[in-house]
Amino acid sequence: MPSSPLLQVQDSAATAVPAIRVQGVHKAFGNFQALRGLDLEVRQGEFFALLGPNGAGKTTLINLLAGLTRPDRGVLQILGHDVRSDYKQARRAVGIVPQELVFDPFFTVGETLRLQCGYFGIRPDPAWIGELLENLQLSDKADTNMRALSGGMKRRVLVAQALVHRPAVLVLDEPTAGVDVELRQTLWKFIRRLNAEGQTILLTTHYLEEAQSLCERVAMMKAGRVVALDRTSQLLADHSRPSLTLRLPSGDQPPGDLAGRATLLADGRWRLPLVNFADTEQVLAHCREAGLVVQDLEVGAPDLEEVFVAIMQRSGQ
Amino acid sequence: MNLRGFSTLLRKELLRFWKVSFQTLLAPLVSTLLYLLVFAQVMSGRAEIYPGVSYREFLVPGLAMMAMLQNSFSNTSSSMIQSKVTGNIVFILLTPLSPLEIFAAYVLAAVARGAAVGTCVWLVSLWFFPRWPAHPVELLLFVLAGNLLAAVLGLIAGIWAEKFDQLAAFQNFLIVPLTFLAGVFYSIHSLPPFWRDLSRFNPFLYMIDGFRHGFFGLSDVAPAESLLIVGASAFALSCVALVLLSRGWRLRH
Ligand SMILES: Nc1ncnc2c1ncn2[C@@H]1O[C@H](COP(=O)(O)OP(=O)(O)OP(=O)(O)O)[C@@H](O)[C@H]1O
Ligand SMILES: [Mg+2]
Repeated sequence: MPSSPLLQVQDSAATAVPAIRVQGVHKAFGNFQALRGLDLEVRQGEFFALLGPNGAGKTTLINLLAGLTRPDRGVLQILGHDVRSDYKQARRAVGIVPQELVFDPFFTVGETLRLQCGYFGIRPDPAWIGELLENLQLSDKADTNMRALSGGMKRRVLVAQALVHRPAVLVLDEPTAGVDVELRQTLWKFIRRLNAEGQTILLTTHYLEEAQSLCERVAMMKAGRVVALDRTSQLLADHSRPSLTLRLPSGDQPPGDLAGRATLLADGRWRLPLVNFADTEQVLAHCREAGLVVQDLEVGAPDLEEVFVAIMQRSGQ
Repeated sequence: MNLRGFSTLLRKELLRFWKVSFQTLLAPLVSTLLYLLVFAQVMSGRAEIYPGVSYREFLVPGLAMMAMLQNSFSNTSSSMIQSKVTGNIVFILLTPLSPLEIFAAYVLAAVARGAAVGTCVWLVSLWFFPRWPAHPVELLLFVLAGNLLAAVLGLIAGIWAEKFDQLAAFQNFLIVPLTFLAGVFYSIHSLPPFWRDLSRFNPFLYMIDGFRHGFFGLSDVAPAESLLIVGASAFALSCVALVLLSRGWRLRH
């Protein structure tokens, strides 16, 4: 039977509610303004990155969303629920992976997860807990005391703990700090799958390549404000160009007008910004005409790191 | 009401002390028995305070109450301060648990620990002084009210303290003097008038005195008055603790 029109209306109304809405949020610690009028909206189902240098205010924002900190003013909502006046619904809708490696040394991994689930008023579901443990490669640690885990394992328990009550929105505050390469990949595979199943994800990280490959949209913060917010592809297109890095016979310069565009790197190679990848052919043709033998060549794709540096410099003062 | 949330937090708080019951139940039992043996030995020649109750036996309810109060205080306060210092308090703060649910779970677990310690002390003391309490229901009411007051006080202290030494100061400069000066070792009638009047402002005195009445049917203050004072103090402190939790004082910055 086709779904009723009423249900469809409800559905589209539901997706119109942003997963996270932050409007005009200010927060000071003593005399220090940590957040100065922050606006942000994360849509349902999005994989969203929140980037910024140390001290930008990312964790402060996350703590406000979690209700761990209170705003001086502004609106904070999760799935339309105000984090203060409607805190019960707001907190049910969100799972937080804190930046700090915190744990309760009295309990095992399994106990930790069952307790956390219970606090939300939900009966622990052994199948779901098993799935979380398996996907985070913790199955053999279920009965291990939290104290006996390595740092990376504790970090993964934090992820499981945030997901155990099946929140619609998952907030990850630097989840990969201290996690080895292999596990970082399994973690992302799992998070990606959750995202594909409709889970909204807000991620902060200092590994910009992670944000670039995972997130559809990116917000960049600096000194308590959002200084850039756009689709990842758009930010890349606006602020980053592909480039070509060449090694020429020593003493030789790039030919003709290319010399003006090129910068000499510390290792003796030349770096040339390109308009697009097709530009490569032209550069090489110029070299050939000038009789220069290209000894080494590397094509650099646009990357978020470059965007980040450009935006942080632009919004410098 | 998030009943499952509350009962989960209660379970966590119970497990927390149960898992280390050697320190949380056995150690207080042993130290109370040591007090009892030492004082009973040293003071064996002393006159009866109440007719038909030897000084040694007089000590039992006071020591039992003192052990209960210290343990229920330390259960809430140390759980709170440990969670704050290690940071795992966030796992409770980011749940939908209401201030009342958090309050009730912490306090009930502490009352349970206090009562468990008290029961153990009493059971062991039966071996020395076989006597059935004169007023068991009254006795139970004082166990509940006294432990409640101490547990709430511990919760407030745990919320207030930011470091372990602040909590130790709270315990050493407030809780220990109040319990020691609450007539564990003497009847307030044996005090000089000034001290006797001062003692009347100590709520711990009424817990111990009322509890003793439950045992022997004899006390310095009328038990109804004691129960009223203890109950009212516990209620007032509970209101304070609930306000602190609702405001997130020193918990949600
Ligand atoms: N409880 C607090 N008391 C005082 N200052 C604070 C507190 N929490 C955060 N701050 C300050 O607020 C600013 C923002 O901190 P925050 O932790 O949000 O940064 P962040 O963007 O998460 O940085 P990082 O990438 O290093 O995690 C910092 O300057 C920090 O010193
Ligand atoms: Mg941070």
